[in-house]
Amino acid sequence: MNFDKELDARGLNCPLPILRAKKALAEVTSGQVLKILSTDPGSVKDFAAFAKQTGNELLSTAEAGGEFTFFMKKK
Amino acid sequence: MDTKKMAIIATKGTLDWAYPPFILASTAAALGYETQIFFTFYGLQLVRKDLSVLKVSPLGNPGMPMKMPFGPKWFKSINWNMPNAIQAIVPGYESVATALMKQTIANNGVATIPDLRGLCQEAEVKFIACQMTVELFGFEHSDFIDGLEYGGAATFFEFAGETDICLFI
Repeated sequence: MNFDKELDARGLNCPLPILRAKKALAEVTSGQVLKILSTDPGSVKDFAAFAKQTGNELLSTAEAGGEFTFFMKKK
Repeated sequence: MDTKKMAIIATKGTLDWAYPPFILASTAAALGYETQIFFTFYGLQLVRKDLSVLKVSPLGNPGMPMKMPFGPKWFKSINWNMPNAIQAIVPGYESVATALMKQTIANNGVATIPDLRGLCQEAEVKFIACQMTVELFGFEHSDFIDGLEYGGAATFFEFAGETDICLFI
């Protein structure tokens, strides 16, 4: 998937992946896509909840070898 | 849509209990909440300039696992809980427990309290210190970080009365 910015939140634990994502989203414009890498298993539910509450769109969630990849489109 | 609001009363002054208010406040801010924390009694320690005052004590805290943050896996999984009577007479027990806790925090990619507090400030979480307990405990305003407001119960209610979430920690 195409993306405009990448955030490496691997090794970070709650609530840092969300806080870093919030910051990264502030640096892209509406409609642009942020790719997020995380190793926190809690971040799967957290990013879904974050998207639901902030109106940013979670385009996809994938897991491979304990690593999670999210694509989020800025509102 | 109206902005959602959250108010927290932070009353605990230990390293472990410093986490819930700062984690919830920073996350709330990231979710777009207008957030305020009212620091009172021992919670005032969380807004000191010097955060090294924050310690964790296993004494009288049977829920706290005492595990080593280094060594092979079998060693890390041992629980070193000691009887209260022994903990109480060993000098420096709290300092050692605090150092081990800080190492465990770092090993797990968990933010430090100075970091989380900074993230709250960056996200414009409003900090209010209870003026009554500042005086009661003999603190000076210079003991605390800049940007604090000082107020009492009525100040808290002014904001808390309009919140969606209100927590006592």
